This record gives sequence, structure tokens and C-alpha cells, in this order.
Amino acid sequence: MTTAQPLIQARGLVKRFGSFTAVDAIDVAVRAGEAFGFLGPNGAGKSSTMRMIGCVSPPSGGELRILGMDPVRDGPAIRARLGVCPQLDTLDPELTVRENLVTYARYFGIPRRVARLRAAELLDFVQLSERADSKVEPLSGGMKRRLTIARALVNEPEIVLLDEPTTGLDPQARHLVWERLFQLKQQGVTLVLTTHYMDEAEQLCDRLVVMDGGRIVAEGSPRVLIEQHSTREVVELRFAGESQEPFASKLDQLGERVEVLPDRILLYVPDGDAAVAQVTALGLHPINVLVRRSGLEDVFLHLTGRTLID
Amino acid sequence: MVALVLPRLMDVSAASRRSAAVAERNVSALKSIYWLLLVSGFIEPLLYLFSIGVGVGALVGDLTLSNGAVVSYAAFVAPAMLASSAMTGAFAETTFNFFGKMKYMKLYDGVIATPVQPFEIALGELAWAMLRGSAYSGAFLVVMVVMDLTTAARAAVAFPAAVLVGFTFGAIGMTIATFMRSWQDFDVLASAQFVLFLFSGTFVPAQAYPTLLRWLVEVTPLYRAVHLVRGITVGGGGWTWLLDLGYLLLVLAIGLFIASRRMSRLLYR
Ligand SMILES: Nc1ncnc2c1ncn2[C@@H]1O[C@H](COP(=O)(O)OP(=O)(O)O)[C@@H](O)[C@H]1O
Ligand SMILES: [Mg+2]
Repeated sequence: MTTAQPLIQARGLVKRFGSFTAVDAIDVAVRAGEAFGFLGPNGAGKSSTMRMIGCVSPPSGGELRILGMDPVRDGPAIRARLGVCPQLDTLDPELTVRENLVTYARYFGIPRRVARLRAAELLDFVQLSERADSKVEPLSGGMKRRLTIARALVNEPEIVLLDEPTTGLDPQARHLVWERLFQLKQQGVTLVLTTHYMDEAEQLCDRLVVMDGGRIVAEGSPRVLIEQHSTREVVELRFAGESQEPFASKLDQLGERVEVLPDRILLYVPDGDAAVAQVTALGLHPINVLVRRSGLEDVFLHLTGRTLID
Repeated sequence: MVALVLPRLMDVSAASRRSAAVAERNVSALKSIYWLLLVSGFIEPLLYLFSIGVGVGALVGDLTLSNGAVVSYAAFVAPAMLASSAMTGAFAETTFNFFGKMKYMKLYDGVIATPVQPFEIALGELAWAMLRGSAYSGAFLVVMVVMDLTTAARAAVAFPAAVLVGFTFGAIGMTIATFMRSWQDFDVLASAQFVLFLFSGTFVPAQAYPTLLRWLVEVTPLYRAVHLVRGITVGGGGWTWLLDLGYLLLVLAIGLFIASRRMSRLLYR
């Protein structure tokens, strides 16, 4: 296989559930060694896409090639080379932490002796060695997630699919997961992940697509997306009173764009501090002012007119 | 669709290895409480054998079979107990436990992300169920030989027959489990199972029934299973054991096919 050929290639990929179209003709190409993200709100079709890539959900239309193979015909051969961390943990509640890894390795045909060694290494990697002989149920959400990630690595996969790897985790647990995923990427593993966290996408992804309502609305590196769809800085203003609307009309001239949210106004400007000075010069006195760098959240807001997490 | 369901011929060894991994998972999950369940499954047919076979047998006396052979009532009932305990053992694993793993533990949602396919899961779970069913059958046959209800040589032939009976009912149970919606459905199944147990030529020869009922009874899988095993342990069935064998193998194949089709439908959403 040449390096030019994408590991995952989707053209016009569709997933329907009955008459409902969850994934609506998307085109995606993931190259070897990159970290690729699907960013979008709940219901955007991220998991449906991931399940098709994971060869556990037959596409309803379009074309999908993974590692140069057809997911419907060559499912077992493809899955042998994938690691999957599904959105909801599917750990085996009747087994211990260690047994979960060893048993899973057996499904890949890995000899028991090798499986035990790998389980020990992976438990160390995700910092769960002390809990090796504990059952799964008493583990915290973060620990279960880490175990699921370890399980996804047990066959030394070329591609790891991570569906919302850090949703519901506390910041500390999330940073540990990020660190581990970054290490994997350094080792040359191709990562495909979904998230509705902007910071996660910015931290981990080389390239991403923004999904909304089953479609791809933008594509590129986080930096390029921000440059294309947002300004360098954002000023967040909160005014006292029932509605922010009346203040927004007075701010029209200030930025390249003004977004009005129920609880605040966002000014998209090249220079935040200068804009704050202009606001004061207009005689307006917000009760709260925050100047920050533009992020993917702003890109999403611009593209869809909605915030990612409501 | 067929490609999702049936492993291609060339991957037979890979498929059986993966099925074995599914069975192996259950060995890892074996816990002490489970042993209690295992023991109870063995005790139950023994209780029936003693209470009805020996107890009622004392009142009934000997039985003359259709081929003219005269056997004690206990020797008549024992092979039926063997066949129905093979059924019970297989059902316990493939209906209740299988349903729990599929619908509640969501175990197979994790498994299908590996090279293992639904057909292999079905086969692996069935093999595991049979390990348990065969243990019951083997122990029960030993008791039959000790009680002089059959000979050791006949018992040796009856054992693989009992294993086949277990496989067939395992496949039926698994198919039923894929159609179950909630635990309530299991009450219906338990009742159906008990009716089968009572009316499959278990306690009286099927010839004792009115013709219509007799015909109905004779096409049930448990009747064919009892007929096969009884033909071996007491002898004298003629060529009809071939019919039983063919019937059970056919039901096994159909059951496995439908169960894995249904699993593909439910898992590959
Ligand atoms: N098995 C299913 N049956 C019916 N609808 C589904 C199924 N799975 C997902 N959907 C629907 O498809 C849409 C996309 O879901 P999903 O891919 O899970 O989105 P995301 O992961 O981005 O939140 C949602 O509206 C969801 O309700
Ligand atoms: Mg999702």
C-alpha cells in the first residue's frame, strides 16, 4: 500500500435507520499516522459513522474502504487491525479488569501467554495495575474508560477508533487519557476520534470534520478552520437585564461578527483589548468581560448558528 | 448478507478458534455460585428418577414395549430423564444466560468489534452450553449403569446421543432467545418446556395417547430425543433411530442458522 492511499476512505457514505437518515452522504479520507476528528453535537451522526468504520454497522449507501478492504465482505480481516473504544463501555461485568483484557485478546486469536504479558503492559500504560484483580463494576467512570482504551490496544491495532473517549470524565482523568492518546500518536498509530469538546479536538486532532445533522459542514486542521471561520480573538460580554438583544444592536459596528446568545454577546474581532476599549467609549457597561482566543466552538457557532453543548 | 452470517469455508479453522475463544470466556467467568447451579441441574433428573421411576415404578411394575421387550419402569423412564435433562441444561445456558449476555450485559456488542462474528458467537456459546449439558448426561449415565438400568456399552453409545440432544436444544433455545423481548417471556418458555417434558413419551409410551395427540407428540424434538436415547439404553428401536438422528441434526442446523441470522440483525445495527 502506498502512503498516498488513505487508510479510511468514504465517498457519499450514508446510514439510514428506517426512513431517518443519520449520516447523509459524507466524504472522508483518513491518512496513515494522523489524528482525525469528528466534531459535532449529539445526534450529528458521529457514532453512526464510527460504527460503520468499525465494521459493525453495514452502510446504507455510498462507498467505504478501510485498509483497502470492503467492511461488509472483509469485516473480520479489517477488525483484526482496528482497536475500538465505543461511546458506551462494553466491558465484561463478570470478569476482572485483567481478565477483560486477556479474554478480549483471545477473540483476536492472541495466545494466552502473550495476552497476559500485553494485559500487564497495558494496565501499566493506563495506570490500572493496582486494580488488575478488581471487578469492573466498582471502577470509576474514568477507570472504565481507561480500561476500554487499554482493551482497544490489545491487538496492537493500526487504527484506533475512539467514540467520545473523555465524555463524562473529570478534568484529571481527561488529561491522563489525552496524554496516552498523544503517546499512541507518537508511536505512529492512526487515531480517529469523535468529540463534542472543542478543547479535545484542538488538542488531539491534526485534521477534523465538523458534522451537523448527518452532514459535514467544514473540514480542515483546527488552525485553518479557526482562521477561515472565525477571527483571532473573541470578546464575551454579559449585560445586566432580561435580554442581551438591545445591547447587541449597539455593538454592530465593532466586530467582524456579533453573535447573541441567551446569556452573553460574542464579538469577533482581531484585537480584543481594543474592542473592549471601544465598548467602554460607547458608554456601555457590561457586568462581565472576557477576552479570549478564538476556538472551534466559535467555528461551530458560525457554521451552524448553534452552540455545541446546550 | 450471507457473507455476514456464514464464515467462508476457507476460514473454518479461524472460525472454530474464535468460537473457542467465546466458550473460553465463560470458563473465565465461572464463579463459585455457578457451581451450585451446576449441581442443581444434576440433582433434578435424579430426583425424578427416584421418585417417579423407582417410586411409581413399584406400583406400575414392568412395561411391555411395542417391540415385545419387557423392561422395568425405572429403565423406561431413565433415558427420558437423560434426554430431558440434556434439554434443560442446554436451555438454561442458551435461553436465560444468553439473553442476559446479549440484551442486558451487552456483551456481544463488545465482541463483534473483534474478528469474531455472530455465527461464531452462537457456536461458541452452544459449545459451552454443551460442556455443561454433557457433564450432566455423563454423570446420569453412570448412575443408570450403577442402578443396572442399562449396560456400560449401551451407556457409552448413549452419551454422544445425549450430547447431540443438548446441541439441538441449545440451538433451539438460542433461536428463541433472539426473539425474547423481556424476562417475562421466559415464564411462557418454562411452561412450554414443562408441557414438552410431560408429554414426550417421558412417563408413558406414546402409544398410550389418542392418535391425534400421538402424532403431535411424535414430531416434537423432545419426543425424538427420548426415542433415540431410549432406543439405545433399552434397545429394540429398529432403524427408526436414523430418523431421530436426522431430525435432530436438521433442527440443529436450522436453529444455528436462524439464531446467527437473528444475532446479525440485532448486533450489526
Ligand atoms: N440504532 C438506531 N436506530 C434508530 N436511530 C438511530 C440509531 N442509532 C442512532 N440513531 C439516530 O441517528 C442520529 C445520529 O445518532 P449518532 O450517530 O449516535 O449521533 P452522535 O454520535 O453524533 O451523537 C440520532 O438522531 C439517533 O437518534
Ligand atoms: Mg455518539
